Amino acid sequence: MSNIIVIAEVRGGSLKRPSLEVITAAKQLASASGGQVVAIACGNGIDAATAELAAGGAAKVIAIDGPSFTEYSGDAWAKAIVEQVKANDGTAVLMAHTAMGKDLLPRVSGLLDTGIITDVIEVSCEGGAYGAKKPVFAGKATMTVKATKSPFCATIRPNNFEASTGGSGEVSKVDAPSGDLLSVVKEIIAAGGDKTPLAEAKVVVAGGRGLKEADNFKLIEDLAAAFGPGVAAVGASRAVCDAGWRPHSEQVGQTGKVVSPPLYFAIGISGAIQHLAGMRTARTIVAINKDADAPIFKVADYGIVGDAFEVVPALIKAIEEVVANR
Amino acid sequence: MDIVVCIKRVPATDTAIKIAADGKSIETNGVSFEMNAYDEFALEQALLIKEQLGEGTVTALTIGPSLAQKVMRDALARGADKAVVLTTDEWIYDGAQVAQALATYLQANPAQIVLCGKQAVDSDNNQLAGNLAARLGFGCVTEVTKLELADGTFTAERDIEGAREVVTCKTPAVISCNKGLNQPRYANLKGIMKAKKKPLEEAAADLPAAAMEIVSLELPPARADGRIIGEGVDAVPALIEALRNEAKAI
Repeated sequence: MSNIIVIAEVRGGSLKRPSLEVITAAKQLASASGGQVVAIACGNGIDAATAELAAGGAAKVIAIDGPSFTEYSGDAWAKAIVEQVKANDGTAVLMAHTAMGKDLLPRVSGLLDTGIITDVIEVSCEGGAYGAKKPVFAGKATMTVKATKSPFCATIRPNNFEASTGGSGEVSKVDAPSGDLLSVVKEIIAAGGDKTPLAEAKVVVAGGRGLKEADNFKLIEDLAAAFGPGVAAVGASRAVCDAGWRPHSEQVGQTGKVVSPPLYFAIGISGAIQHLAGMRTARTIVAINKDADAPIFKVADYGIVGDAFEVVPALIKAIEEVVANR
Repeated sequence: MDIVVCIKRVPATDTAIKIAADGKSIETNGVSFEMNAYDEFALEQALLIKEQLGEGTVTALTIGPSLAQKVMRDALARGADKAVVLTTDEWIYDGAQVAQALATYLQANPAQIVLCGKQAVDSDNNQLAGNLAARLGFGCVTEVTKLELADGTFTAERDIEGAREVVTCKTPAVISCNKGLNQPRYANLKGIMKAKKKPLEEAAADLPAAAMEIVSLELPPARADGRIIGEGVDAVPALIEALRNEAKAI
């Protein structure tokens, strides 16, 4: 057998949606390799999550469950997972490219002494060899690789595969081992307020140096708010993050976040190549800039040449009207 | 306390990527190289830890061509005590090869703390810290934005989806560093002069066979040409019209 292992992400007892997307990628590989999709989930009291995995397309679900696994520990979880990968003939091991996936799968691949490819957007299996496609240089290029060592490990970019549905897999449970933890999560601090996470926002409104000073970002925040609650997030160029106007968590581009929203506004952003790398896959790009020669207009679908302090207030009003009349 | 900082020499972030004739690598003619931006945070953190402890050595470690000496000299100028280049002429994209080669070096030259950037801005793999920690049997925290060391244990903060996570980790440990952790210092003239006398060693990298091979490297499809809707406030209604009826984006 040549099974495809999915390491599921369970936080606070609930299954994270990207895990079901990873099952979709795993099913693609399993249909080519002739194996089954086996999901492994770690935690303490995770019956609901493992039931969801079984109903979401995993043929077999293994819960590594117990009090010692209440909080995430990369070293302890990786060790227990590797045992199950081996016991279940895993020839590919997939996990979502999330904060936990980026922490855990490299550790698993190291223990398996095998290769790993991350932030994968396409998977393949040809002639028994697994392959993957991933963005490199922050999306300035795309690399396709073929695994030459088994098992093949890959993290899958969220929001890139449909979530898998349907199935009636079999769930089994093994006790979480207790033992010395090298690293362990002590506390999770929820982000303040009801801010929409940048990477998940349907609309990103980003501002740059053209706004002249930190306080003027109110204009950017107001435009984001005009779309209604939970729709838009504020982004920023590297220059304004480095200047301390905005937190680094809002930076879009190379050395910041790569975003791909349906709608992106670049306001007072000239469009340095590092910034373009981080937003060029947005579906629709709008640029507002005083300088008609700014590089941002080369990637923008729609551009307005003008002063942000005049154009944006009018745009806020117009968007508010559109939203109110929906 | 011996601290090792893993550094990668990468194309400058303002590089316009061109694909080389082999279809598997980038054209490096005319490209300037620099220290990976995230590794600057790792180096700064190593120097801060050494200052906090008042003892120890900071070794900057890289795998790459001999040309990486320039980046390593910069690391020395910023305050590293010693630098080592594990040489290879290949562009290594395979994380397992890098992790194993560094693990081999660190098994022969032990350190209690290994720091690296969260990812290199060329291969964007974001895998070294965990992979290396597994091979060394070390603890590990990745993508940290805050790091404190007390009594041989790190307390770190990292961003997760919609929240922050506080993680404790015993030493020896591998920590990967994210932007926001600190403000990297630059080399001053005194540092540059001192760096000339600091040890910079070279040894051939002990690389295992690659676990994957590159099939192709391609540029993403170009965006369709856009258009300037107009100038100033007067263009707003036309923009709204286009977003509604043409792009169907609002």
